[in-house]
Amino acid sequence: MSDTNYNEISKNGLWNNNVALVQLLGLCPLLAVTGTVINGLGLGLATLLTLVLSNTVVSLIRHWVRPEVRVPVFVMIIASVVTAIELSMNAWLYELYTVLGIFIPLIVTNCGILARAEAFASKNSLLPSILDGLMMGLGFTFVLVTLGAIREILGYGTLFSNAHLMFGDIAQNWTWVFVEDYSGFLLAILPPGAFIGMGLIIALKNVIDTHNKKKQTITAAQAVTTSEATA
Amino acid sequence: MSNKRYILVSGLILGLFAVVGTALVGVTHQVTADKIADNERLALLRKLNQILPSEKYDNDLLHTTITLQADNRLGQEKPSTIYIAKRESEISAMIFSVRAPRGYSGEIKMLVGINIDGTLAGVRIVSHKETPGLGDIMEIDKSDWVLGFNGKSLNEPAEKLWKVKRDGGVFDQFTGATITPRAVVQAVHLCLVYFDRHKKELIEQYNKQVKLSASNNKPGDPVK
Repeated sequence: MSDTNYNEISKNGLWNNNVALVQLLGLCPLLAVTGTVINGLGLGLATLLTLVLSNTVVSLIRHWVRPEVRVPVFVMIIASVVTAIELSMNAWLYELYTVLGIFIPLIVTNCGILARAEAFASKNSLLPSILDGLMMGLGFTFVLVTLGAIREILGYGTLFSNAHLMFGDIAQNWTWVFVEDYSGFLLAILPPGAFIGMGLIIALKNVIDTHNKKKQTITAAQAVTTSEATA
Repeated sequence: MSNKRYILVSGLILGLFAVVGTALVGVTHQVTADKIADNERLALLRKLNQILPSEKYDNDLLHTTITLQADNRLGQEKPSTIYIAKRESEISAMIFSVRAPRGYSGEIKMLVGINIDGTLAGVRIVSHKETPGLGDIMEIDKSDWVLGFNGKSLNEPAEKLWKVKRDGGVFDQFTGATITPRAVVQAVHLCLVYFDRHKKELIEQYNKQVKLSASNNKPGDPVK
């Protein structure tokens, strides 16, 4: 791991080792708040910020913290960072804060963050750690937003509703209405919709991965047969 | 000996991070505390102003309150707050902050504004855990249902019509959700009954409080 490959880190965070789709960590907030795109985006960005900050701090102090006390120290760092973010959101993004509510402090219990601190930041230097936090966070946010979009379209027939909670008054008219007088689709709004949507996204990822792998093995096999033929 | 030392240093490292972490939270709290208090105040005031537009009163509504002890007659298991609106030093309306205990899933927190003549100034839902898409139609952002209470009073409609339509009353239920509107209608009705029977006591309690704070030389009822 010492030899740093920024490309590899990015790919891992966004796709190959995605926190939500592959590691399946942090599912509780993921399933709970993704009723709309904006809710998903809000929690995603808060988690992203936490990941970057905690990875930064953990990487900076990795030589001073002894192995016996490292986990409590990491938890303490993450908890302080999240509390600071929570207070800041309460102060400057109050309405979004009231919507996301309990799930902001619960970012502390998102195992994805402790996992990155332990598995990556505590063994790598500063820049790769920051990049890892950023990419893991982006990957997580991406899933939150996608799931939010699916559930919002199916459940409410809109997209980007309540954008003003995050972007202020200019976003009042950002809501796209797909179907006027949509009567709503309860299943998509309630938790089962989140599970089903999440399952579909994971399935889609697996389909894409298998497809890519097949392509690779076919080209590899062709290479083998041609070499055998020439032999 | 060196082993003891090792443990001690590890403990100190842990302690150091505890101090640093707490300091970070402390500083953030210091920086944001005023802003957060402001936000909460404004959010509450905005809700109150939906019921009672700001031109209808001229006192500091948020700081003119009395507290009621938990009271069965009002259906309250916890103390509740009443905001007192005044106009030209006369009490013009009271806004009850109450919980309707019998929602479909848990209690429904709401504000019930009653004019001094006993008519409803308005009702707003503050928070609830009802089913999204069904029970949340009572929110003002989702539908006008809650506006149906405006101007109603204890005699209009008559006592036995203070129910949802399914129970033979005048208030609409929503498709697929009867329990939620039933709980809200009941709670509003309880507030009206309570106000009707205890108006004098409420005003007395308020006047006593003003006197008390005046004798304590505190600004009792700061005018906006």
